[in-house]
Amino acid sequence: MTAVLEVEDLTVRFYTEEGVVTAVDGLSYRIEAGETFGVVGESGAGKSVAALSVLGLIDSPGRIEGGEVRFEGEDLLSMDESELRSVRGDEVGTVFQDARAALNPVYTVGEQIAETIEHHLGYPPSAARDRAIRLLDRVGIADAETRYSDYPHEFSGGMCQRAAIAMALSCDPELIVADEPTTALDVTVEARILDLLAELADEFDVAVQLVTHDLGVIAGTCDRAMVMYAGEAVETAPIEELYYDPKHPYTAGLMSAIPRVGDDDDRLPTIPGTMPDPIDPPPGCRFHPRCPFAEEACTRTDPALVDPETGEAATLDDDRAAACLEYTEGLSGGLDYSVEVAGGTGEHVEKTIDERDEGGPDE
Amino acid sequence: MSLRRFVVRRALSVVPVLFGVSVITFGLFHLTPGDPVSQLVALNPDVSAAEEARLRERWGLSGPVWRQYLAWLSNVLVGDFGRELRTGRAVSGILWRRLPETIVLGVFGWAFAIAIAIPAGIYAAVNKGRLGDVAARVLALSGVSIPNFWLGLLLILVLSLYLGLFPVLPPSRLPLYHPETLRYLLLPGVTIGTAAAASVTRVMRTSMAEELNEEYVTAARARGLPERTVVFKHVLRNSLVSVVTLAATLTAGIVAGSVVVESVFNWPGLGSEFVRAIDRREVNVVMAITLVTAVAVVLANLLADVLYAVLDPRIRYD
Repeated sequence: MTAVLEVEDLTVRFYTEEGVVTAVDGLSYRIEAGETFGVVGESGAGKSVAALSVLGLIDSPGRIEGGEVRFEGEDLLSMDESELRSVRGDEVGTVFQDARAALNPVYTVGEQIAETIEHHLGYPPSAARDRAIRLLDRVGIADAETRYSDYPHEFSGGMCQRAAIAMALSCDPELIVADEPTTALDVTVEARILDLLAELADEFDVAVQLVTHDLGVIAGTCDRAMVMYAGEAVETAPIEELYYDPKHPYTAGLMSAIPRVGDDDDRLPTIPGTMPDPIDPPPGCRFHPRCPFAEEACTRTDPALVDPETGEAATLDDDRAAACLEYTEGLSGGLDYSVEVAGGTGEHVEKTIDERDEGGPDE
Repeated sequence: MSLRRFVVRRALSVVPVLFGVSVITFGLFHLTPGDPVSQLVALNPDVSAAEEARLRERWGLSGPVWRQYLAWLSNVLVGDFGRELRTGRAVSGILWRRLPETIVLGVFGWAFAIAIAIPAGIYAAVNKGRLGDVAARVLALSGVSIPNFWLGLLLILVLSLYLGLFPVLPPSRLPLYHPETLRYLLLPGVTIGTAAAASVTRVMRTSMAEELNEEYVTAARARGLPERTVVFKHVLRNSLVSVVTLAATLTAGIVAGSVVVESVFNWPGLGSEFVRAIDRREVNVVMAITLVTAVAVVLANLLADVLYAVLDPRIRYD
């Protein structure tokens, strides 16, 4: 497998009037050719900023402060605008959260797709139009020939997102960055759009960076995923392991907050508290104020991403990494949570991670 | 709805508006006390009541107001605006002679305003917060604040009297299509266009800066389109909608402004004729010019509506 995208130590800051916000702090990940990579986290975790930074689309007051973004081996951050533009839309397609807002209201949907094709592939207008119509047809827009001349306001939300996917695919990209592509859609449409995205990713052999706050979306579509918290990656894992064997207490907390059919609890479990103030993050581990297992050490040391088995610093090639002191120094109380897996047969499998008998966390 | 149907429907809706305009124009002049006959008569105590009545009869000033209105309207519809009371000249003749002068001046003023304002507004929005933007904003603010009669006098004073670059008064009037006319047109045209240029710059800047924050702009950049295409193709068309709104309103200002500017520059258009007619209580001339002005404003609004529909397809669906 070769990596199509390697992000290393990416840092993005916003210089606002209230202070400097480190939206993305030393983020590293890789996406392999053809795989679907999920980036999950709460609002404000820095997922979208990270995704847009990959394409250099951060506007003032935001600034990419450091790191490397290697697309097929070439550092996008050291490219000039015109080189970057030849990658955007051509080799990397983008799908935005609100597809209707991402389309210019005064041009037809078809024109906008054809515009991209003409620009990058140098097609003459009529050929670009044909290709755009074929793409619209492929993403499931009925009567694509007529619909080509429709304006965005004549499309439903789901159709807009289909058109946006067609646009992202229009120049045969290697990677699609999808930023919350289904958040604005209702659940049934969401499912269909995700199926379509998965199907097309396979058919066009394109890698997808799927940014979402919805763990359900990640579970259904991704091969691997990265969990972000307050601008940092806290855990990276192949998708099954992320669900069945979360290594970071934040991930475990997120998993317990997913409502499941058949649950008879009146209230959903939640992670107490909110994300820290991005201008003035807490010292040490950023999650410690909300972490049920936090100890004194967590307030002092900011844990690095490590291989949870060995405790060695994680590299880009590691599939499994978590940022918790448990895996380096060892917390005296350990991580005392268990994962309940509802099997296909309805039988419950109980699996306990690192449960120790010495008692709960300090205090 | 197709664009053509929208335009036809919108054009038809102008008819009742024009009818209302004619009623108001006529009504206002007949509400003002003292018709031209009583003014004439007051100067001459020898005129008998019978002669007075005859004069009223002759000039269509007798009978109930609605009948006077209908008589006036039916004449206006065939292009007859009555006669000047003192000279007996046909008012339509005066209109035909004066109107082109005013149109040329107004169009030149507009062209000047647009030529300055659109590029300045775009430049300021794209460079928001930088030096060029600040300069454009200061200039625009001054432009809005300067009264046009003062600007006109200042231009005459500096450019014509001190520097001698432009003629103060035309030695002899040239036909409008003569290239030399441009020299006479420049100062009044600039005077009339400055305020419009300033307002349009401000609106252009604001609306463009707003549009630049829209998600479709990020999306267009994410598609790898050059910044030129993003700004001039995608953003410009969207920001022009609010400029068109303003332009329709400003047209009224340009038409009204021509009254002042034409007087300052002694430009032989409708504006200076209007001032003269008011002085002499030439009711028919004043009504005719008021009506023409009102029609111009109504048509400017119609044009603005059509432009909206051309610029933004969503408007055709209302």
